[in-house]
Amino acid sequence: MNLLSLQRRMAHAVMTPLTPSEGMRRVSPDGRPMREVTAEFIKSNERLTSFERLEIYNRQYWFRVLSSFAEDFPGLRAVLGGRKFNAVAKAYLSDCPSRSFTLRNLCSRLESWLRRHPGWAGSRQALAVDMVRLEWADIEAFDRKAEPALKPKDLAGADASKLRLRLQPYLQLLDLRYPVDDLLLGVRGDEDTEFSSNAFTERRKRKRVLAVAKLKPASIFLAVYRLDESVYFRRLDCEEFIILNELRAGKTLNRAIDTALRKSSIPLAKPSARIQRWFHTYAALGWFCQPENEVIASQTRIVPFEKAKKHE
Amino acid sequence: MEHQMPANAFNNFTDYGIGIGLRSSHYNHILTRKPVVDWFEIISENFMIDGGRPLQILDQILEQYKIVQHGVSMYFGSAERADREHLRRLKELVKRTKTPWLTDHLCWGSVDGRYTHDLLPMPYTFEAAKITAQKIRDVRDFLEVPIAVENVSSYAEFHVSEMTEWEFLTEVVERADCGILLDVNNIYVSSQNHNFDPHTYIREVPAERVAQIHIAGHSKYRKYILDTHDHPVIDPVWKLYADAIHRAGHTATLLEWDDSIPSFDEVHTEALKANKFLATESLAMAV
Repeated sequence: MNLLSLQRRMAHAVMTPLTPSEGMRRVSPDGRPMREVTAEFIKSNERLTSFERLEIYNRQYWFRVLSSFAEDFPGLRAVLGGRKFNAVAKAYLSDCPSRSFTLRNLCSRLESWLRRHPGWAGSRQALAVDMVRLEWADIEAFDRKAEPALKPKDLAGADASKLRLRLQPYLQLLDLRYPVDDLLLGVRGDEDTEFSSNAFTERRKRKRVLAVAKLKPASIFLAVYRLDESVYFRRLDCEEFIILNELRAGKTLNRAIDTALRKSSIPLAKPSARIQRWFHTYAALGWFCQPENEVIASQTRIVPFEKAKKHE
Repeated sequence: MEHQMPANAFNNFTDYGIGIGLRSSHYNHILTRKPVVDWFEIISENFMIDGGRPLQILDQILEQYKIVQHGVSMYFGSAERADREHLRRLKELVKRTKTPWLTDHLCWGSVDGRYTHDLLPMPYTFEAAKITAQKIRDVRDFLEVPIAVENVSSYAEFHVSEMTEWEFLTEVVERADCGILLDVNNIYVSSQNHNFDPHTYIREVPAERVAQIHIAGHSKYRKYILDTHDHPVIDPVWKLYADAIHRAGHTATLLEWDDSIPSFDEVHTEALKANKFLATESLAMAV
């Protein structure tokens, strides 16, 4: 048996799900007894059979990936409950084993997997998908790149009809159907609470989830971002969400604002004051980064928003 | 006296003393109290990211301490080629930390692009040694930093093996012309699991290639021992450590403590017990 064949054989066995009692399965997928399969390539000794030796690795693998999954998705656990959450974790990890050198990326495909397998979350599918999206965005916001923030001088002479603002890579924009931001903060708060019993904490989590699950789905828009190396959530107006997404797609500032205001409920009379307030906040939070190259041509000039709209 | 040089080409001719693993539960203590520590070992993968708090902390630590990178997922022994994205990120980190040498395990853990995130044991064959050595050379050439490979704890042995573990280790490091991160706890754990004499292992490895030594604790079960890094170092492992420095000379030594991590002071005190053995060895060499 050459190196590659041996490694394929062992990896297959190691990554095969455990039995309900957390042992290695007795029968291999091709129907042969695992004792026979393992004895073909692993030695036994006077204390452990080949099966038992391989089982150590099989168990280690599942304990490791399940623990990583659980660590990253406490909110999903609260939504689904412990038993269903464990079942989802095992099913996902069986279908989507890690394809990255880092466990950080273990659940990068969880949202798409959950959408393809709605049966797992049952009546809480939409809530579960929202929670997974938020918890994944939280991971992304935590360690994605921060580029140098845009400074006023970078905008000197910029023309809003040509200006393309770049968003920080760490900034995550989400449109959700449930207020899972509040739910997740509550769940985390419950977990951090000292002096409370596990049963009490679990009861409180269940109450929180039930309260959110009873809500009628209604769109909320959320920015998940990093400030001073901590991750925060900020609710956005629909128009803000559209503007930021348009900017991320590379549209000009005027085009992004036009798109957002087309179906806006903001009174037509004076949207600019509100938009300026938003941009003040974004700038203060450092959400815009400096241009990759000199895309802001030096000959352009900044023009008031109302005028710029007419120019495009 | 076999080996008097405290440093060699495989640790970039450094003399790093006694270090401990940098763990997040100790960040606050380190940054506020600024304890005197010879060096810290970081798990490379924890910092192979684009930004955020881990890199901010790392930069603060780098301002005051020496760092050596230790990896857990290069999988030199995997039959497939090294992942390009992994290498790119690792090189970025090497530039950031200026690690004088870099370590990872003599094991495999991925196949056909699927990762187990475990340190799986090698079959001790000449084919495996050749493939592994080539991969170490490729990685070293790309990263442009000396590499030392660490012997792992293992719980299984293969029928196809053609040599002992220490013969395999020697075969690989000589083919790759790289260093050894000699983990004396792993030698102890494997010796108990596979019934061999751990002192023979230490006697047989090429001591001149030992760039670094790991010490750690483990957990004993009824039928086997697991390498859990969650206990103090036991006496038989300290004896192996004494053997190792007797052969390799004073070598950069690091205590690993990764689970049920106690206070910083407790971990550091445990690591500094190595000084007793280093002093004894110095005395022996002086007379």
